[in-house]
Amino acid sequence: MDNLSVEHLTGIKDLTEKDIQLIFQTADSFKEVINRPIKKVPSLRDITIANLFFENSTRTRLSFELAQKRLSADVINFSASSSSVTKGETLVDTVNNILAMKVDMVVMRHPNPGAALFLSKKVKAKIVNAGDGTHEHPTQALLDAFSIREKYGDVAGKKVVIIGDILHSRVALSNIYCLQKLGAEVMVCGPTTLIPKFIHELGVKVEHNLRKALEWCDVANMLRIQLERQDIKFFPSLREYSMQFGLNKEILDSLDKEIIVMHPGPINRGVEITSDVADSKQSIILDQVENGVAIRMAVIYLLAGKITH
Amino acid sequence: MEKQVILNEKRIELTLNRLCYQLIENHNDFSNTVLIGLQPRGIHLLNRLKSRLEEILGAPVVCGNLDITFFRDDFRRRENPIIPSATNIDFIIENKKVVLVDDVLFTGRTIRSGIDALMAFGRPKSVELVTFIDRRFKRDLPIQADYVGKIIDTIASERVSVEWKEIEGEDKVVLYTPDHNG
Repeated sequence: MDNLSVEHLTGIKDLTEKDIQLIFQTADSFKEVINRPIKKVPSLRDITIANLFFENSTRTRLSFELAQKRLSADVINFSASSSSVTKGETLVDTVNNILAMKVDMVVMRHPNPGAALFLSKKVKAKIVNAGDGTHEHPTQALLDAFSIREKYGDVAGKKVVIIGDILHSRVALSNIYCLQKLGAEVMVCGPTTLIPKFIHELGVKVEHNLRKALEWCDVANMLRIQLERQDIKFFPSLREYSMQFGLNKEILDSLDKEIIVMHPGPINRGVEITSDVADSKQSIILDQVENGVAIRMAVIYLLAGKITH
Repeated sequence: MEKQVILNEKRIELTLNRLCYQLIENHNDFSNTVLIGLQPRGIHLLNRLKSRLEEILGAPVVCGNLDITFFRDDFRRRENPIIPSATNIDFIIENKKVVLVDDVLFTGRTIRSGIDALMAFGRPKSVELVTFIDRRFKRDLPIQADYVGKIIDTIASERVSVEWKEIEGEDKVVLYTPDHNG
């Protein structure tokens, strides 16, 4: 089997289908490992990883840290709010200072699109993008596709609709790339103002009617409205958004098939998804979280295999 | 590559039989013993031993598969990643007598990883090792097998392959020797 075709994971766009399948195959094994009584393997005991979070995160950060610890890597954490970034240090300087302490890999979340790619060209360490602004969030897309594969056996031929704030969503873009590479059909659904103008050029269907979108799909991936990235009003009120595009039990039960419901978190209960749907048996939201650790272990393990000391 | 068959089907059959009886001598009815095959190649030998043992004992023998990929010590010293296989141990090994099964014992590094990987599942009472082929003289670690099918003397550049009817179409053990370049 070949190795990954990339040296860093900056986005799904750079991956081949073979890369994604390799990551899934490795993640299958790690999923078994994290369900053992002793959930740890010694593979990466000579690797040090820095987690740099220039933007808030709960799930991704914990998931990455847990993945690293399960692989026996040494981990250092950094968050922008409590660091010298506020004193005016540049990104490259910050990272190079951390690398001077002999760090092999950097997992970074940053508010600016392209930050991970930029860093991968400037510094000598493996870079894993944990979300760069509104651009990509590759490990989220991988774990989403992995969860669909786990549920249905295969991603190819499945119909997936991504519903909500597509415009500000890095999860949406990474998911589109990932699902298409694996042979799934993708649709985006949301208010006109929150759908990027030229998104159909990526080969996705566009729908503005929630019911039609749900009737078409096998999987509905609900996204959060990212109010923190919205500088202007994109829709009149959250209540109106929720009435038009919120997923509730009523509409879910009225479909003539059982679709699966996903959400990358954090959930705004009562906005894009109601509580009864989020907690229903059709929802695989917590499976996604569990798979996240296995996927991140696989990504880190495979990239670490390319480190030469 | 020069090819030489060291064991044919008949000899393999006899060897398997002998290994089974040796195991029974030490483990009686296998009520407190489990067999664990090391992925990927050890499991074929394990399956053969299991069916033969069950035939002789008339009772089921508890078996599992263990993947040692993440416990290897040559990670990052290889060109390509090692693709992990499945681990399947759905019983408790605490206080059990564990017999590890692998086809070829060479440097001993696989077995070292196997013992480490095994300990992640609990504390067995004892661990023994069955190997079909013991390549003497090339041990990197102080590891020896308790039950050996056949000992052969080889040099490092040679390769030994244990082939099975289910996989390769024929039961045989083959020694591959690189050609001498003039």
